[in-house]
Amino acid sequence: MADLLHIENLTIRHAGLPLVSSVSLSLAPGERVGLIGESGSGKSLTALAAIGLLPEGMTASGSILLAGQQVVGAADRDIVGLRGTTVATIFQEPLTALDPLMRIGDQIAEVLRRRARRDGRPVSRAGIANEVAALMARVALPDPARLARAYPHEMSGGQRQRAAIAMALACRPSLLIADEPTTALDVTTQAEVLKLLEALVREENMALLFISHDLPVVGSAVDRVLVLRAGELVEQGPIGEVFGRPRHPYTQGLVEAARAFDRAIGAAL
Amino acid sequence: MTDVTPALTPPSSLRLTPAFIIGATLVSLHVVIGVSTLFWTPYDPTAMTGGRLAAPSLAHWAGTDRLGRDLFTEIMVGARIALAVGVGAVAIAAAIGVTIGLLAAFASRTVDDVLAATLDILIAFPTLLLAMLIVAASDGASLGTAILAIGIAASSIVARLTRILARRVLAMDYITAARVSGTGWLGIVRIHVLPNIWPTLVVNLALQFGLAVIAEASLSYLGLGAPPPNASWGRLLQEAQATVYTAPFGAIAPGIALVSLVIGLNLFADGLRDVADPTRRRR
Repeated sequence: MADLLHIENLTIRHAGLPLVSSVSLSLAPGERVGLIGESGSGKSLTALAAIGLLPEGMTASGSILLAGQQVVGAADRDIVGLRGTTVATIFQEPLTALDPLMRIGDQIAEVLRRRARRDGRPVSRAGIANEVAALMARVALPDPARLARAYPHEMSGGQRQRAAIAMALACRPSLLIADEPTTALDVTTQAEVLKLLEALVREENMALLFISHDLPVVGSAVDRVLVLRAGELVEQGPIGEVFGRPRHPYTQGLVEAARAFDRAIGAAL
Repeated sequence: MTDVTPALTPPSSLRLTPAFIIGATLVSLHVVIGVSTLFWTPYDPTAMTGGRLAAPSLAHWAGTDRLGRDLFTEIMVGARIALAVGVGAVAIAAAIGVTIGLLAAFASRTVDDVLAATLDILIAFPTLLLAMLIVAASDGASLGTAILAIGIAASSIVARLTRILARRVLAMDYITAARVSGTGWLGIVRIHVLPNIWPTLVVNLALQFGLAVIAEASLSYLGLGAPPPNASWGRLLQEAQATVYTAPFGAIAPGIALVSLVIGLNLFADGLRDVADPTRRRR
């Protein structure tokens, strides 16, 4: 079975300084993998490199095969097509992930239209409008007809993240990259969005690369986890194993910190 | 459901400030007068219609100039010239400036540095000097050279602003999201960058319009704008200069016309921001 995403010996440098060194990971279709580590450990960079969108001045070496195509060193125009059909991303801060001057319905419609054109399907205004409504219902946005005409600043944080998820779904990707998708949300909304993501990934049979520093959140969303520290992969394995019997001292620290936090909250209640 | 939707405001809740209304009124007044001179003027703008340097009267609302031409007619024609130069110069500035600004914003670091340095040099270059160079390089002063000179001078400012605004937009997550979903550069410019920089850009363009009107008056005052008998306000001011003690109204009248249009444009520019930016509509 060919991997959807296969990264081998990925090293990302900025001005000669390695930010990520020799990271390897692979994702089979439909597999859900978590990437955890503290801020600055290179989680997001690894994800950006996977879709060929590293910030200017950073160079990647090694090999990244996305749906069988080499991303490292590829020209932008060669991977643009790949991006639209294979991958979609959800970001941490839904307010900056949505165009502030575009109505939500139009933003979702734009992605749908692009996908339809790429598939060579006919694009009709009514058809797109129906698909937008269906997607908005799919991510449980209330009153889709009204919210489709709303601007991002007129929505709540949870609604914005749902809209962002709807846009990601509109690509019908085989790989969904979620970069700390619940960090900017309050705890209740976090749980709802997480539940929604989980359900959608399962129903659409998408692969999921879930990036987070929040262990419980990752634990509930993925099957397998990789731990990054200062740009290096320190541990990986099935979620129960890594969290249950962490081998690397860093992972042990992370897990212990999360437990201590839980205990503190338990004591406070 | 824990999500709460804030009430959506209907687009009719546009807030029109008094400043915006005054500005829009002044500007439309000039536009109406300027356009109407294409079809009708009280007198023939080049005909001698009364005594020389006559004081304002019912027959000549702004008096007459040193050749006995009706000054009010000339000021009306001057409005048309001022607006034509403003529209032409702003169109040139927008076309060149936005294009270069976007190129710089999308370009690699080195290309961007070169473009930014070039723009800084161009901005440091005085508009009048640039205009003289263009006039010297062409056959002579005309309305066209004035428009071109002012447009090119303003384009460097527009380009710099566009570059900064576009850079800020390009750093946003929704651009990355659009790129991930496979949008090409042109799509990103059309769908995301232009709409997002437009509110700020259009305000600046309206201000540039006012500056272009002043620049045109300065050029004609120096004899580098539209040649006589084009009744540019700058030329009227220059001609009235010699007789400003005996017939002050010859200088006051075109001065009022010039100042009222520029103030109107500036007030209009401020109000325009609220209209152009949907996130500022709800107050």
